[in-house]
Amino acid sequence: MGEAIKILICQGTGGVSAGAKKVEAEFNRIISERGVNAVVGKRCDIIKTGCRGLCANDVLVDIVDPELGRVTYDFVQPEEVAQLVDEHIIKRTPLEKRKAKPYYNTFVDQQMRIVMTGCGQIDPESLDAYLAEDGFKAIEKCVKEMTPAAVIDEVKKAGLRGRGGGGFPTGMKWSFCAATPGKLKYLICNADEGDPGAFMDRSILEGDPYCIIEGMMIAAYAIGCSKGYVYVRAEYPLAIERLQKALDVCREKGYLGHNIQGWGFDFDLIIKKGAGAFVCGEETALMASIEGERGMPRPRPPFPAVKGLWAKPTNINNVETFANVRHIINKGAEWYASLGTDTTKGTKIFAVTGKVKHTGLVEVPAGMTVRDVIYNVCGGIANNRKFKAVQAGGPSGGCIPPEVLDTPVDYDSLIKAGAMMGSGGLVVMDETTCMVDVARFFLSFTRMESCGKCVPCRIGLKVMLDILERITAGRGQAGDIETLLEMGSTIKKASLCGLGQTAPNPILSTIRYFREEYEAHITDKRCPSNCCKELLLWQVIEEKCVKCGACFKACPVDAIVWEKGQVAYLDKEKCTKCKSCYDACRFMAIE
Amino acid sequence: MSNAPAEATNVEETPVEEIDLGPANHVIDKYLTLPGNLMPVLQGIQDEYGYVPKPTIDLVAERLNVYPSQIFGVLTFYAQFHLKPRGRYIIRVCVGTACHVQGAPRIVETFFDKLGISHAETSPDLRYTFEKVACLGACGMAPLAMVNDDTFGKMTVQKVEEIIAEYNQRPMK
Repeated sequence: MGEAIKILICQGTGGVSAGAKKVEAEFNRIISERGVNAVVGKRCDIIKTGCRGLCANDVLVDIVDPELGRVTYDFVQPEEVAQLVDEHIIKRTPLEKRKAKPYYNTFVDQQMRIVMTGCGQIDPESLDAYLAEDGFKAIEKCVKEMTPAAVIDEVKKAGLRGRGGGGFPTGMKWSFCAATPGKLKYLICNADEGDPGAFMDRSILEGDPYCIIEGMMIAAYAIGCSKGYVYVRAEYPLAIERLQKALDVCREKGYLGHNIQGWGFDFDLIIKKGAGAFVCGEETALMASIEGERGMPRPRPPFPAVKGLWAKPTNINNVETFANVRHIINKGAEWYASLGTDTTKGTKIFAVTGKVKHTGLVEVPAGMTVRDVIYNVCGGIANNRKFKAVQAGGPSGGCIPPEVLDTPVDYDSLIKAGAMMGSGGLVVMDETTCMVDVARFFLSFTRMESCGKCVPCRIGLKVMLDILERITAGRGQAGDIETLLEMGSTIKKASLCGLGQTAPNPILSTIRYFREEYEAHITDKRCPSNCCKELLLWQVIEEKCVKCGACFKACPVDAIVWEKGQVAYLDKEKCTKCKSCYDACRFMAIE
Repeated sequence: MSNAPAEATNVEETPVEEIDLGPANHVIDKYLTLPGNLMPVLQGIQDEYGYVPKPTIDLVAERLNVYPSQIFGVLTFYAQFHLKPRGRYIIRVCVGTACHVQGAPRIVETFFDKLGISHAETSPDLRYTFEKVACLGACGMAPLAMVNDDTFGKMTVQKVEEIIAEYNQRPMK
């Protein structure tokens, strides 16, 4: 009997919410029912993996047969498991009909997976699986063969920049903290991914927690500190659970603690749970939160490298930054620096969501154009609608219109286009998305999350939000756009921390590229994208209606009158303007 | 081990809640020596009671030697702390960016309409608590709703009614 067949079941948060646990239980049940032909541990192994990226198609199951190779099945339901086991595992004939369609390969092949190599391939809860993937080789190399200064130098040469969004050179940051005298220093991993629309940090923590631990060990060695924190959002229970397990195993096997593996190097790590405040992603606020205070930022300098957590020198990096480190040490700075563009090295993970065909996580070399990411990797816009904009960088980023789609995804080009890398969320919007409403949405988020310490952010954002709410409700006034522009640039200059300094970005960039939409709202009292509720009166356009009845089925209040073969009619009295019919119609026959 | 103060002192008009302070004392014992322990203590207390009851605040203030005002400052700053009892079924609707462009606002409104409660409110019968949350991190399934630990992806207005109908029939305990 040859090597065992592996059944990889995607169990990130996306997979679990699509029912991966049930699928796994069913695999176990059917396999034990079938007996000798497919015993777990002998003939086949069931491995639960982290996120593989294409969350929209969960539950994803890969069956890896040493002879037949790897076959991916998507949208797997528990009912189908019996057939999969019988055909693929026992008779060894893959089920052609149930295989993932070619787009899955397009989605995977167009990417370059470095940080996410382990995610979706290995069991995140198994130390052995990580060791088999050269785990902890990088830290061993650092401790045995390199001086701390050489490690910092290697990271500097690789050109790694902070993946949390700011893009500050990581090696430089480390060297500041290393240069500060003091015996007690702290290392913090920022896993407070509060950005709506971004979930790569969560996926890495869930899919490959050991690589974060190793990345932090390397940083700790380079800086000369022995105590670390991982600050994780409490909204990510699965990530916390898996990381905690990994920490426990590491401590037990001597990969954390005193004199690690006899290398003469000490490092220990604990998890701190956040409590739901976006501003805690800002480093000074994050430290206040660890100290048990309200998470409010403070002015810098002094920088954390000089005076950070409990007034000790502290270094903070993002999850994705730490995940890069071991690959740089293993494969060398030159290899890493050969990827990406002149100013942005390596790869970047994007969370592509919104109105795109294949939403999910993609890792591509920096410098790929936004167009390629959306159209080649992710399959273009859903429902045959027209692309309008892509929002890059979360609530603090900006919108990129079709004209600048060929912008490469690197720190500097995105800033030039009026957006930013941020944590790497790309939210795709089509012609049904109103840009004024989107700006209002982001502002209502940042206003809610403002800690309230400094005036420009606390009051300025409120005033801007009031103006935007007036505009979307059809009560815009002449001069509103100018006021927004002026306030936006003032708030950017005068705010204390990154939240306020970037909060006006969505408004400024939408005014820059979509000014006519603002004007339509203000002067014509019209929403060109049919989105702002107060400005709409729905009706069916008879010439465009194909009599399919999709709107009739979608309407929750029976406001649509339709019979087979008839043009639909919309009863305006009954209509609650819920937009269900508009979304259901594929022919743009409802306005 | 110190004992809890028997009478809470800070509440005058509203009647003092009668609760067992045992679990709270236990949580405090666990974190007593940890630096920066206020948040873990409050998180632990909330895990025990489902919210942070007033009497436990006085207890924490006394045993950790911090002002109650400082504790209130922390409790009201972070979205995850609750000062009032919560419903049996906690409905969360994601209003993150991906969900927003896929139509989360009207999912939220439909829940408001059907349940008669708004954001962060609990129905008088303690059956439901409704919350808007920014990003549950499953953007591929947008728009997304959760009831306790069950996730409902690709939400529509009709699904809202189905969910409420289902949970109306579920037991309260």
